[in-house]
Amino acid sequence: MQVALMVPCYIDMFYPHVGIATLELLERLGVDVVYPKEQTCCGQPMANSAGMTGANFVVAETGAIVVATNEGNADLSANTPPLHICSVGIEKIIPTTESLAVFIRLLARSAIGDTITQYTSTFRGPRKGAAMHVILVDNGRSARLGMKRFWHSLKCIRCAACMNTCPVYRRSGGLSYGSTYMGPIGIIMMPTFEIRKYSELPFSSTLNGSCTNVCPVKIDIHEQIYGWREVMEENDQIQVVKKEAMRVADEVLSHPALYQVATTTLSTALEVLPHFAVYNRLNAWGKYRDVPEAARETFHEWYRNHRPKTDEVPAA
Amino acid sequence: MNSAETLSRNTILDAVRANQPAAPPMPTVPHFHTNQPADLVTTFCESVARMAGVVVTDDVPDLDSFLRAKFPDAKVICSAIPEYAGTMKPANLNHWSEASTIDVCVLRSPMGAAETGSILLSDVELQVNTLALLAHDLVVLLDPKQIVANIHDAYEHPHFKLRPYSLLMTAPSGSGDIGGIVVHPAQGAKTLTILLSPTPNASERTG
Repeated sequence: MQVALMVPCYIDMFYPHVGIATLELLERLGVDVVYPKEQTCCGQPMANSAGMTGANFVVAETGAIVVATNEGNADLSANTPPLHICSVGIEKIIPTTESLAVFIRLLARSAIGDTITQYTSTFRGPRKGAAMHVILVDNGRSARLGMKRFWHSLKCIRCAACMNTCPVYRRSGGLSYGSTYMGPIGIIMMPTFEIRKYSELPFSSTLNGSCTNVCPVKIDIHEQIYGWREVMEENDQIQVVKKEAMRVADEVLSHPALYQVATTTLSTALEVLPHFAVYNRLNAWGKYRDVPEAARETFHEWYRNHRPKTDEVPAA
Repeated sequence: MNSAETLSRNTILDAVRANQPAAPPMPTVPHFHTNQPADLVTTFCESVARMAGVVVTDDVPDLDSFLRAKFPDAKVICSAIPEYAGTMKPANLNHWSEASTIDVCVLRSPMGAAETGSILLSDVELQVNTLALLAHDLVVLLDPKQIVANIHDAYEHPHFKLRPYSLLMTAPSGSGDIGGIVVHPAQGAKTLTILLSPTPNASERTG
């Protein structure tokens, strides 16, 4: 018997091992399984009795919620079942339909690099015989509004331009942030929800400022990241190991001679040290990663050998 | 509304009022007409093509033979416009999810936006909102006189303040990548064809 396996989006993206187990079970039972690669949606939204969406904006003047999608998935969830529930943060409220035009322009250009998304919809109420509920979520937002240094992060329109430009995010991806909001904007948002859990997050940045440059609503992201580091320090939220490592780094990095000795010695040390001496509790970085192999010659050494006459820096 | 709901609402509103930073006066939003294209129809066609939609500028004297030629395999043609019968009307649908049985859906849009290539569809034109999402191929008639310059003009349409559902649809369904056409999307219309056709009543009045 030939069986076509349908793996719905939820299993495909979040629990692929369930799909694998199903496939293996069927194969072990001697079933001839094919997996049609063209498959997409299982059609569940069409049978549901309630549909949930978020909203990109809420218009105060008309009470409309505005949703922008490429596929039309929010429109499908909101329009097909007799009940539409929309959950949205209070900072998404904008004054008028006139101002909505400005925000739609900003969002599409910064999010997908085009002038608009395929489905840009406005819901002012339910259709006849159906119901629509809007849940306005605070969850720390009103408290953030009172933080003089950090309230500007509430202007975020979730375009993700800061993530796409961030050199750290582009290498590490979203899951490494361990939070709902990822990338640069996540770094300045998540501590407002749970300061202890995300106390390390503000340190996952090079403070290069690329995020601030591209932000369409002009949030001073990298300055807020630095601000959150100070808050963590003031509130004693930094781990002892990290604090000690920073104290040593401060000492070494403020003395050039000491820095050169350290880098040269470390290169040699990494070659000869046994595994347990490099990978231990003190090396949080090496917990999940290998320390790269050190080069035989540091740039400092190479420069000294190849540019012997030009290494004098004129006195300031 | 019960007391718990009122309580949580008041808690949020009180907190917002207490923490609200001083607001500058509301700016006047310009319409950004300084770079207005000379020919709105040409710009509209270019914008639609960029998002993988199709605009037919030639006159289509017989809509039925046009649809039969363009969609030879179509069995169910739903017409939401009075001047064409199709094989069915939106009123024939018992449940809004049944729109998924439609091969081709014919609609008329009251407005297009040149800047984005968007067309406006509300519950008035759709009658069944899921037509814009579940029908496989959409054919939308648009009077070229109803094309406005940009998104600021578009949001002045009364639908946005009066109708329960207003959709600015721009080309067929896409995916979340740059350009939106690299990955095959799972939901929404597969193709969108716009026919530039004057509104019948309007032409009668002028003619």
